[in-house]
Amino acid sequence: MKLWQFHGGLKLNGHKSLSSESQITPANIPPLLVLPLLQHIGEPTEAVVKVGDKVLKGQVIGHCREKDCSFLMSTPIHASSSGTVVAIENCPVPHPSGLTAPCIVIETDGEDKWIERTPIADYSTLSPTQLLYHIAKAGIVGLGGAGFPAHIKLSSKSIETLIINGAECEPYITCDDRLMREYPHDIIAGAQIISHVLGGTQRCVIAVENNKPEAYQALSEAAEGQLEVVLVPTRYPTGGERQLIQILTGKEVGRTELPAARGIVVHNVITARAVYRAVQYGRPLVSRVMTVTGKGVEKPQNLEVRFGTLMRFLIDQCGRGKARIERLIMGGPMMGFALPNEEFPIIKTTNCLIVSPADEIEKTPEPMPCIRCGACAQVCPVNLLPQQLYWYAKAKDFNKAQDYHIFDCIDCGCCAHVCPSHIPLVSYYRYAKAEIRASSQEHKQAEIAKQRHEFRTFRLERNKNERKEKLQKMKETSNASKEAAIKAALERTKAKKEQVASNEQK
Amino acid sequence: MMTAIALLAGLALIFGLLLGYASVRFKVEGDPVVDQIDAILPQQQCGKCGYPGCRPYAEAIANGEAEINLCPPGGEAGMLALANLLDREPKQLSVEHSVEPAKMVAVIEEKICIGCTLCIQACPVDAILGGPKLMHTVIAKECTGCELCVAPCPVDCIKMIPVPQAVTTWKWPYPIYKLSVITE
Ligand code: SF4
Ligand code: SF4
Ligand code: SF4
Ligand code: SF4
Repeated sequence: MKLWQFHGGLKLNGHKSLSSESQITPANIPPLLVLPLLQHIGEPTEAVVKVGDKVLKGQVIGHCREKDCSFLMSTPIHASSSGTVVAIENCPVPHPSGLTAPCIVIETDGEDKWIERTPIADYSTLSPTQLLYHIAKAGIVGLGGAGFPAHIKLSSKSIETLIINGAECEPYITCDDRLMREYPHDIIAGAQIISHVLGGTQRCVIAVENNKPEAYQALSEAAEGQLEVVLVPTRYPTGGERQLIQILTGKEVGRTELPAARGIVVHNVITARAVYRAVQYGRPLVSRVMTVTGKGVEKPQNLEVRFGTLMRFLIDQCGRGKARIERLIMGGPMMGFALPNEEFPIIKTTNCLIVSPADEIEKTPEPMPCIRCGACAQVCPVNLLPQQLYWYAKAKDFNKAQDYHIFDCIDCGCCAHVCPSHIPLVSYYRYAKAEIRASSQEHKQAEIAKQRHEFRTFRLERNKNERKEKLQKMKETSNASKEAAIKAALERTKAKKEQVASNEQK
Repeated sequence: MMTAIALLAGLALIFGLLLGYASVRFKVEGDPVVDQIDAILPQQQCGKCGYPGCRPYAEAIANGEAEINLCPPGGEAGMLALANLLDREPKQLSVEHSVEPAKMVAVIEEKICIGCTLCIQACPVDAILGGPKLMHTVIAKECTGCELCVAPCPVDCIKMIPVPQAVTTWKWPYPIYKLSVITE
């Protein structure tokens, strides 16, 4: 099969063998589960249980604002084990801000008792819409790391190509690799269901980076020629949605455009398996396979973890190392972010935890001024000019930053990785993007305020006019009645006078 | 000679008609400068600029009656945007206008409220709900943080609080680091 190439990219040291050779193990049931009401991109869910309620595994505890989620940018949250709701309150959530957000806290009873599930015996008898509804109810989001509700992508129309992303290009992370090796049939079946929901795609490709030969082997055997399994070169960030599309189809999808507009949908391998399990076993998304790695744990490995499990508990299960943990990263070393402590829950988008003691952390030298060497531009996978973006973001010249397409930047970190001046370039881009988004939000809000003010001015004016008119009318009517009264009185006197006169005449 | 005159006259007529048509076809509604200025102003309608709302201030700027540095909620960014638009010299926000406050929202202490409706009358964007003798409440989403409702309340039950930070509204901060100094 013909493959294309994207610009730039990096060859990185994978550090994958740390965790890639041991089997996926189920994580233990923790005593407490902390489930944030927002674990995806989009609208938060609303709690539908109360403190004191008994819940079963798989029971909906946070629901979208409408009964049917399949049209909303939102997806339900399920209890990940059975137990009792002990609190609904703000708790720390794994987010770069370090802020708290509303969570449901469940004290588990250790029984892990499932709610009654509704498997679908033969999905091919159901229409895509019915299946979509079923998948939306299962709370599935993109499990590659972004957390985009899966049913939104699945409701796209006229899709020609379905890509199942098993590239997993970031160092340290091996959960997709393990899953492809151990559950290739689930992934293939999931891909077929997704293809059915999309109305039967012409092409279905599973892409695997060529540093994972076992996964490729397992998938090819399981596929039995029914869909394409393709080896792609190992190069960061091949697993980026747009980069993978470019490699497989040669099409460049701009940042303002959704791949669906070009007839392409990309799903991660874990998402495909989640779809399969939701349909085949009626199992909502309550857990995921993720990597716990780094020198800070004795047994780096992949585990199937219930959402809401606290990181501290998980690190203990993997064997806490003797050295103090100096750094904890959620996600990969390139695109992830550091957490201040271990008291955060695992959520739907947590694909990896890197636990590092002091001796694993390379000290980054202090940044120096940009020397305009252009190394960053050579590795940028979307062909941007990172040094210009840096310049404008630093100067807070956001218009210029947009002229240089800052929103095409995928935060991959290639540029910062090669920068000889060690400038934390991505931090500047994130800052600039956040400012631009916030100011456009402010603009929208200002527009609403303006309209409300104009309406109020209009309302006051109208009320004033109405009052004036009423007053005028009242005056007029009173004038009229007065005149009439005077006239009547005059007439009466006139009549009287006439009578008197006629009497006198008589 | 005659043909030349006729030709010129004809041309003049054609261009005249064209111009006339263009002025009808591409007529600009309202006063575009005022609209452009108004679009930059933050629309809090707070009156801190000394005008009864953003639009009147925009008109005053357009007429050259007002400086561009009088709107505290717009802050320095707003002033610079105005300077850029109008091609005027940027001017530092004057001292009494320079406090660029954090975004605030009004909250009514509902137990104390006596339902006098004075705050409703003060709110420039109709963000307060309530009727006579009934408890009043602020629609936080619509509140612009203008503070105009605080003073009229006879029982002092309206407070301005900073808009709480949430994960969904959080912004990445400006990266701060020291440049290392190269010593010889
Ligand atoms: S790599 Fe660093 S020093 Fe070189 S041009 Fe880019 S930002 Fe400047
Ligand atoms: S972080 Fe952005 S600018 Fe830097 S290499 Fe990646 S896409 Fe290009
Ligand atoms: S000071 Fe207040 S009323 Fe005046 S322009 Fe600024 S926001 Fe509008
Ligand atoms: S002004 Fe104060 S007391 Fe009167 S309605 Fe408003 S909040 Fe209540």
